[in-house]
Amino acid sequence: MELFELTIHELHDKLKKREVSSVEATRALLARIEATEPQVGAFITVTAAEGLAAAEAADRRIAAGEIDLLTGIPVALKDIFVTAGVRTTCGSRILENFVPPYDGTVVARLKAQGAVLLGKLNQDEFAMGSSTESSAFGVTRNPWDPERTPGGSSGGSAACIAARQATATLGTDTGGSIRQPASHCGCVGLKPTYGRVSRYGVIAYASSLDQVGPLTRDVTDAAIMLGAVAGYDPLDSTSVERPVPDYRAALTGKATGLKIGLPREYYREGLDPEVKQALEAAIETFRGLGAEFVEVSLPHTDYAVATYYLIATAEASSNLARYDGVRFGHRTATAEGLLDMFRKSRAEGFGAEVKRRIMLGTYALSSGYYDAYYLKAQKVRTLIMQDFSRAFESVDLLLTPVAPTPAFKIGEKVDDPLQMYLSDIFTIPVNLAGTCGISVPAGFSAAGLPIGLQLVGRPFGEETILRAAHAFEQATAWHQRHAAL
Amino acid sequence: MKFQAVIGLEVHVQLKTDTKIFCGCPTTFGAAPNSQTCPVCLGMPGALPVLNKKVVEFAIRAGLATNCRIAPRSVFARKNYFYPDLPKGYQISQFELPICQEGHLDIEVEGETKRIGITRIHMEEDAGKLVHADVPELGNGSGVDLNRACTPLLEVVSEPDLRSADEAVAYLKKLHQIVVYLGVSDGNMEEGSFRCDANVSVMPVGAGQFGTRAEIKNVNSFRFVKQAIEYEIERQIELIEEGGTVVQETRLFDPGTGQTRSMRGKEEAHDYRYFPDPDLVPLVISDDWVADVRLALPELPEAKRLRYREELGLPDYDAEVLVASRELAEYFEACVAAGAPAKTAANWVMGEVTRALNEAGLEIGACPVAPARLTALLQLIEKGTISGKIAKTVFDEMWSSDKAPEAIVEEKGLVQVSDTGAIEKIIDEIMAANMGQVEEYRGGKEKVFGFFVGQVMRASKGKANPAVVNELLLKKLKG
Ligand SMILES: [Zn+2]
Repeated sequence: MELFELTIHELHDKLKKREVSSVEATRALLARIEATEPQVGAFITVTAAEGLAAAEAADRRIAAGEIDLLTGIPVALKDIFVTAGVRTTCGSRILENFVPPYDGTVVARLKAQGAVLLGKLNQDEFAMGSSTESSAFGVTRNPWDPERTPGGSSGGSAACIAARQATATLGTDTGGSIRQPASHCGCVGLKPTYGRVSRYGVIAYASSLDQVGPLTRDVTDAAIMLGAVAGYDPLDSTSVERPVPDYRAALTGKATGLKIGLPREYYREGLDPEVKQALEAAIETFRGLGAEFVEVSLPHTDYAVATYYLIATAEASSNLARYDGVRFGHRTATAEGLLDMFRKSRAEGFGAEVKRRIMLGTYALSSGYYDAYYLKAQKVRTLIMQDFSRAFESVDLLLTPVAPTPAFKIGEKVDDPLQMYLSDIFTIPVNLAGTCGISVPAGFSAAGLPIGLQLVGRPFGEETILRAAHAFEQATAWHQRHAAL
Repeated sequence: MKFQAVIGLEVHVQLKTDTKIFCGCPTTFGAAPNSQTCPVCLGMPGALPVLNKKVVEFAIRAGLATNCRIAPRSVFARKNYFYPDLPKGYQISQFELPICQEGHLDIEVEGETKRIGITRIHMEEDAGKLVHADVPELGNGSGVDLNRACTPLLEVVSEPDLRSADEAVAYLKKLHQIVVYLGVSDGNMEEGSFRCDANVSVMPVGAGQFGTRAEIKNVNSFRFVKQAIEYEIERQIELIEEGGTVVQETRLFDPGTGQTRSMRGKEEAHDYRYFPDPDLVPLVISDDWVADVRLALPELPEAKRLRYREELGLPDYDAEVLVASRELAEYFEACVAAGAPAKTAANWVMGEVTRALNEAGLEIGACPVAPARLTALLQLIEKGTISGKIAKTVFDEMWSSDKAPEAIVEEKGLVQVSDTGAIEKIIDEIMAANMGQVEEYRGGKEKVFGFFVGQVMRASKGKANPAVVNELLLKKLKG
């Protein structure tokens, strides 16, 4: 097996036994990046020199007998995480040359464990999109089919895993931005409970929905990555003071006795037959593992997408106000006066989708419309949360589709934003409810495209969904297939 | 027609916490531009605010001192607008659910007490500032200094209960005194730590409905507030009398001309698009916390004044002057605590001490004569060791040295002479040398008495006890 194909736990075992060095692993992945990037386009910035220096440091640390699970493991990060001294664009022209002066909390936690940063990954601009087509730095292609998108907004992270360019990655999920691309690229994507992972140093799209999570080769790696970045952070008031369990220890391989809910509203017309088939097979697999299924109802599901686009765009319109050309990022060269500078810098720096959402959000918050839109959306959000807590009174987790279809073609939905927005219909409610969800490979379409399934847990129920996902993974072999690159 | 003014005030109080409201940067005034900044107060991508608990405590203090209800749950909101010194493109403030509500302050104007309602007090962050002048590196441009960005402010909003510029000033002075007493603000108006927006309208006396109001922005001295409001009332009355109408607008006060002028009209008013800040969870304040803050509240000026009158027996005037400044009152109380008689201490603090401080251009906090040393001096007067007049000489000596008053009196031989024998001897000598004046006195010209007192005091180099001198002189001159 090639070094670039290893999971975190496999590479960790080899590093620990000194069968391989971090520098060797890092070189192997950098070579893989070089070989596959022309077809994939997952990276915005590759940090080869910094990566090799970090690998050398990790090897010294390992030689000294200090090894954590991530010591010497080459990772890559969505370009939404601020990295001290490394350009961080968030997929936007407006931050094209922005070099942050500080590391965010999750970056600092990865570095503290001795992880090696290979570079920064492509994404939809400011994480707005479901296809990685709205990046100012070009599209990322799905390694399973270069004509198709990898999904989004963490499309670079998912494609990077599918193309085996990094051992593990981190993305962010506001409405499905980890789970949907994971599903489209055949990797594991976990969105933790809101508040589980610090958002300090994560460029905000919609603060009340954004959450950091891993995209990895398998469920064990997802557990390892979550364990590394989760936990209270005094720099983020919304992070929750709650001990971090040993997620890896939760992976018992068993699903016996789990009561799984199938939300009625998620299984109906519009769901691609191949996706439906994969889910039905998965349900049988879980039954074989001793899980029990019941139908549940999430009655406000139909309102989720509309609610999401009101709340997310409202918060985004405010979060993106700081990109004004005054202190960092793009400033227009031709301003006549202050107001003109603000206007032109933003007009030149932001792409179409970002502008669309800023305008939607500005409208939703404006006086006279606030009650009808933003406030109403918050009320519906509460109803959606209640739907989930009611469902979790009778079940341990939910099993649902991740996306209505396998990966769609590049350009297929760019001109139809509403169609694009609907591709997150099964993931968005989880963000609105603030709870956790994981996408795991569950099959392939006839055309050879990966199909994922989603397991949704109670708030802070990551151990349960990881255990179920891991048991499913052990019983199937979907995660072992590789894109032919 | 007779008109009646209606005034409401919004006061911004800068809090003197060591660090900013949402980050750990220091708040020292006057530091080099942008030297007190971090990713949070610079509004860098990815940075998040974390609330400074001290700010909340200060807000609770201010709320309790102004008789407000402290909200068990309050919410931070974003006020969205673009300005180059506003790093995030929004200001974090409180909007619908502020921390303090429904309070009041009692003010005294022309001997009458009036209750002024306080609608709310909320916490917010300040913006930075623009630097336009005299920085060679800037050339034609402007610079942004974000040291002040994210420093904590309280905004105290009154009800429109004020009816004249004098009432407005009385309210402001009272509020200023309270926040300084509470130790939540230095109240420095020149540095902008205490600044005020005034909403002014006029209506015919007895009218049921308020007139259209104008808002005068950012006035930062009591005198200017008075001038600005008086000018604005006049302007609005004249306008109405000439058949015009007052428009709702924001006006600026120009201290040079003493006038207000239009800054922007209502049609340009911002839509701030307030909404709850998703980066900050709702602030929950327990009853216990409020109770703890209440217990630790310092004595406020009103209670102090009452106590000075009732317990220390000071006249109203003295009590008023002493409590006007927290530091002065603390100095005075330290003297009383050290054993000085209250009235003597009051006289000296308001008299000699204040005079010397003014001459030296010092604040009471920097007074070189500490309360204990002053008290030692006052006790010398009390015991009759020195006269009040000599004490002034001793005080001047104490001002420039750190000697104890006893040592100075000793050194300079200033001990008061009360010994009747010694004084009698001086009187006899002086009477003998001035027989003409003795005859005059005995002939009924009583004014000459003063001449003899002066002569005796001079001969004793001021050390003779004046009471003894008077008594003996009277006896001897009468023969
Ligand atoms: Zn700061």
